[in-house]
Amino acid sequence: MPEKRKKLAIIVHSGTLDRLFCAFTLGSTAAAMDMETHLYFTFWGLNMLVKGALEKAGLPATYKHLEQQLKKKLKEMKYPTPYEMLKRMKASGLLKIYACSPTMEMFGIRKEDLIPEIDKIAGAAAFLDVASDADITLLV
Amino acid sequence: MAERVKIHRELDCLGLYCPEPVFRTRQEIDKLAVGQVLEVIADDPAAEEDITRLVKRLGHQLLELRKERDEIHLLIKKVK
Repeated sequence: MPEKRKKLAIIVHSGTLDRLFCAFTLGSTAAAMDMETHLYFTFWGLNMLVKGALEKAGLPATYKHLEQQLKKKLKEMKYPTPYEMLKRMKASGLLKIYACSPTMEMFGIRKEDLIPEIDKIAGAAAFLDVASDADITLLV
Repeated sequence: MAERVKIHRELDCLGLYCPEPVFRTRQEIDKLAVGQVLEVIADDPAAEEDITRLVKRLGHQLLELRKERDEIHLLIKKVK
């Protein structure tokens, strides 16, 4: 019998570049390894799903002074941008993206403000249901 | 290897870092027919560990892993 597909579930709480890269690097690699990835975006993470926001992602205040240097280096490394990674993961067919509905209300974000790659607007029950039978669960 | 393996596709990952070599290797494996061989060249220090695990997890066959200076060359056979 073939092995059941492994499942990775991540709550993306942060909206800063360093942490988005953690989630998207793991998600990209999971797709390459035939694992399903479920990303639940909430708070600052959810704010990055507003159209145009991912392109502006930067470092948190403590490390802001390193941001330009890091962005220059990422270009030299030909590192994909967070949005490129997200689109690539989506194209694999193994990524599901959930947007947190209370966060949308808190920040006045409407569905039409969000990037089109989102699968569902959902709440805690949806994440817990997914996470209940995930093999790996993380919060970034 | 005594007999030279026929290589059907090549992937140059020189200068690329995790997750790029792994992600691109997977994309290239998808383009192979069963039985065909992909050669991956990489210099990310993580590539040996990562690509070896990728190949094992996907159930394909690592025919050869050769190190030349800072580069590694991997021959991957698609088996299913």
